[in-house]
Amino acid sequence: MTQVTPQPPAAVPDINDNATTELTPQRPSPLKDAWRSFRRNRAALAGMVIIALIIVIACLANVVAPYSPVAQFRDSVLTPPFWQDGGSLRFVLGTDDLGRDILSRLIHGARLSMTIGVIVVSLSLGIGVLLGLLAGFLRGWIDTVIMRLMDIMLSIPSLLLAVVVVAVLGPGLFNAMLAIAVVYLPHYVRLTRSSVITEREREYVMASRLAGAGVFRLMFITILPNCLAPLIVQATLSFSNAVLDAAALGFLGLGAQPPTPEWGSMLADARQYVLQAWWVVTFPGLAVLITVLAFNIMGDGLRDALDPRLKR
Amino acid sequence: MLLAGTDYTFAVAETPMLSFVFRKLLMLIPTLLGITLVTFTLVHLIPGDPVAIMAGERGISAERHAEVMAELGLDRPMWEQYLSFLGNLAHGDLGHSLISSNPVLDEFMSLFPATLELGFCAMLLAVCLGIPLGVIAGIKRGSIIDHTVMGTSLTGYSMPIFWWGLLLIIFFSGILGWTPVSGRLSSSYWIDTPTGFMLIDTLLSGEPGAFVDALQHLILPTVVLATIPLAVIARMTRSSILEVLGEDYIRTARAKGLSPWRIIAIHALRNAMIPVTTVIGLQIGLLFSGAILTETIFSWPGIGKWLIDAVGRRDYPSLQGGILLIALIVMMVNLIVDLLYGLINPRIRNSR
Repeated sequence: MTQVTPQPPAAVPDINDNATTELTPQRPSPLKDAWRSFRRNRAALAGMVIIALIIVIACLANVVAPYSPVAQFRDSVLTPPFWQDGGSLRFVLGTDDLGRDILSRLIHGARLSMTIGVIVVSLSLGIGVLLGLLAGFLRGWIDTVIMRLMDIMLSIPSLLLAVVVVAVLGPGLFNAMLAIAVVYLPHYVRLTRSSVITEREREYVMASRLAGAGVFRLMFITILPNCLAPLIVQATLSFSNAVLDAAALGFLGLGAQPPTPEWGSMLADARQYVLQAWWVVTFPGLAVLITVLAFNIMGDGLRDALDPRLKR
Repeated sequence: MLLAGTDYTFAVAETPMLSFVFRKLLMLIPTLLGITLVTFTLVHLIPGDPVAIMAGERGISAERHAEVMAELGLDRPMWEQYLSFLGNLAHGDLGHSLISSNPVLDEFMSLFPATLELGFCAMLLAVCLGIPLGVIAGIKRGSIIDHTVMGTSLTGYSMPIFWWGLLLIIFFSGILGWTPVSGRLSSSYWIDTPTGFMLIDTLLSGEPGAFVDALQHLILPTVVLATIPLAVIARMTRSSILEVLGEDYIRTARAKGLSPWRIIAIHALRNAMIPVTTVIGLQIGLLFSGAILTETIFSWPGIGKWLIDAVGRRDYPSLQGGILLIALIVMMVNLIVDLLYGLINPRIRNSR
């Protein structure tokens, strides 16, 4: 017992590092394990393929899209899709009220939606994990203040809170993303805090503490990696929610502003033609649905693979 | 002896419950105060001059502008405005709308029944359909029924409901012509609204056809608003049933030779309902978000649409009061769910 204490703290991580490099070849890594279990879930794999496809389309939007998303063909306003009377292969999914090609707008919209998802998730994940770590690790008044604030945010309906935040910042795509990130914050904070509270009482944390690890090392290197599984699942699921909520804000006229080809604002523009031109309304929403569905299916699969305790 | 015994357990079971409720209510106070501070700050950060917006396109002279600002108390420092807001709040006064100059509480109360009616019908639909579907999917695990229910509910869960509403309008109002596009009642009916609930008021009015008309107006918004809760409840019920069916007491019940129906209905369902109740409670909070979109699509004259309009018009007091009241309702609902939890699950009630 007494021999452990004088050991220089710096030596402990070294020993650990050696141990892991030696052991990896013999023991399947948890990541490989999760992948094996994920691969067996065919629906989740299909979701992943669709997401990969959307990402490829989003990256190559300029190459794939037949026209510019804002180019207006005034001679063919509200052209129906090609399989309907009056439609042609020139505009595969038809045109909107300003004669813009819907397919091209959808493809460029995919790029926006992916960006929205990535930015919202990184913002709320980054800030949420930090706040959750602080609250769960330090406890005391910091914990009380953070968690009370999160309780307050949770008791205001999410879309309403987002609407008010957008109203404060001014309508626009970037502000809508910020607003959605703010709204998702409490979920990440709560999730991180609850795992941190269970983890910090474990022996390995105590061991690391005894070895002289500082607060930051304990928080970010010792504890955080062990809280990641539920956070990854939450991140995939909130990616899809972010796409959905950004579209909702766009639909309310508070997100992306025209002529940005964001799916929700496309729907808002098309609303007045709902009874005359079904395609203007149908396709943008379908794009949202497919994207969100793919992410939710994959998220479900990830949850089962990464965290069997959460299996539902 | 027996009587004393029962009395004793009664006291033990009831007192902690009461103190539990009391403690929960006390804990609401700091959160509510926090909400007033957060909404007050947010709402006053919204850029734009409410007086200029009230004046509209005709504009307003600088003198009159200053006068109105003073009248509304908008020229005082923020903290003073906040304190007077709190003071009025203590008297049940949420201020007056800047647009209609009616008391905010009155406006809220006059519109709330519309949202409540819509929300209640949506929740009823979601629960009445979601629980049986979830139970069937759970019992017939792995069957076609299970896959269909789960696939449909995942789709419903991923649904952009504002689009879903538009699709339903295209199909049922546009193509079939069965349902009206917007509002709560056709303008050809003129009835008194003593309760504010259109279904009840039309019945009371005795006007022939009015009830059917109100029902036709209600049906699409209800379906749209119910979609996500329905999907969530069905999924939760299924997984909860699956979990419960694996328990030892179900095996015991089977071994005793009880009929499968009895096992499901009496032994499994009651325990499976515990997590489902929590989820239903959480959905009620989320319902307001859905109501904002649903009411916008169907021009439903409720709280959601009113709040969105208030944002557009910079109607500070309405927005502030509305958010506060909604947060209060959400918190009360969560409290009630907590208590219901105890009713359904005696283990929790007695352990507190």
